Amino acid sequence: MEIKEFLQNFIDQFDDIDSKKITFNTKYREIDDWSSIIALSVLAMIDDEYDVQLNATEMRATETIEDLYKLVISKNN
Amino acid sequence: MYNPFSLKGKTILVTGASSGIGKITAIECSKLGANIIITGRNAERLQETFEMLEGANNQMIIADLSCDHSLDSLVEKCPILNGLVNNAGSTIMLPTQFISREKLMEVLEINTIAPILLTQKLIKRKKIQKNSSVVITDSISGVKVASPGNVLYSTSKSAIWGFVKNAALDLAGKQIRVNAVCPGMIETNILDNSMISNEEMSEDIKKYPLKRYGKPEEVAYAIIYLLSDASSFTTGASIVIDGGFTLT
Repeated sequence: MEIKEFLQNFIDQFDDIDSKKITFNTKYREIDDWSSIIALSVLAMIDDEYDVQLNATEMRATETIEDLYKLVISKNN
Repeated sequence: MYNPFSLKGKTILVTGASSGIGKITAIECSKLGANIIITGRNAERLQETFEMLEGANNQMIIADLSCDHSLDSLVEKCPILNGLVNNAGSTIMLPTQFISREKLMEVLEINTIAPILLTQKLIKRKKIQKNSSVVITDSISGVKVASPGNVLYSTSKSAIWGFVKNAALDLAGKQIRVNAVCPGMIETNILDNSMISNEEMSEDIKKYPLKRYGKPEEVAYAIIYLLSDASSFTTGASIVIDGGFTLT
């Protein structure tokens, strides 16, 4: 699994967003359009694309997109 | 003792009795004198409920309501009933664009198809007596409100409301009543391990005029009313139990 692909999948969950502003180090909860429905979309995307089921507590422990990626990797293996 | 809500002498089947609203409903019905048949998928947790039932004429039948064979075997083992509580429910939270046939079917199987087929099979086999009551645990979700990520649950719960009304009409000739309870958020474990955090729940609670989620007992008492002869002129109706949530 590539982190670039993961980043793109993450960005795809937003409708209108300047993707250049989003990097691996972005604290995703600070993105303007972040909402509970986007959070659900990200979790559903992770389930669909990576076959990993995360719950809210696990997600809460992550801050950046990279943290989330690492969590998915650790559960995917 | 005078009690128009008594269930004494009634035999009642409760599905989804291993936890939450079903568990408490089974226990409360037994305290009001009913003979209870409980069913659920998890033998260990069902046994826990069984041990909490009052009275000596109770039964437990392990069944997976999403499996035809299991459903038929449950109907076969059931004695003649005076009441049926279709309570088993489940949910998968996801946004609309992530719906898959598999996930849609998983939720529909338990929340919509199982209660319809269980009712149908029990009626066909004449296991539900005249003057009986069928109660469906519906929800405010679907017919009354929508919330983020709740699309599958809402869809399944709106569909069952259509069944309640039509079955009530169809079965009126047999003097069998069909009604629903529509709870708002109740403190059960249906959302354990879900994507909802405790912080989000605390925020959500503030939307309830009574400033809390409901307790399973508070739904069970409405179900008991609908099972009892106190509601003998009520059919095709729904009782909202939501702490005022749908008022705002």
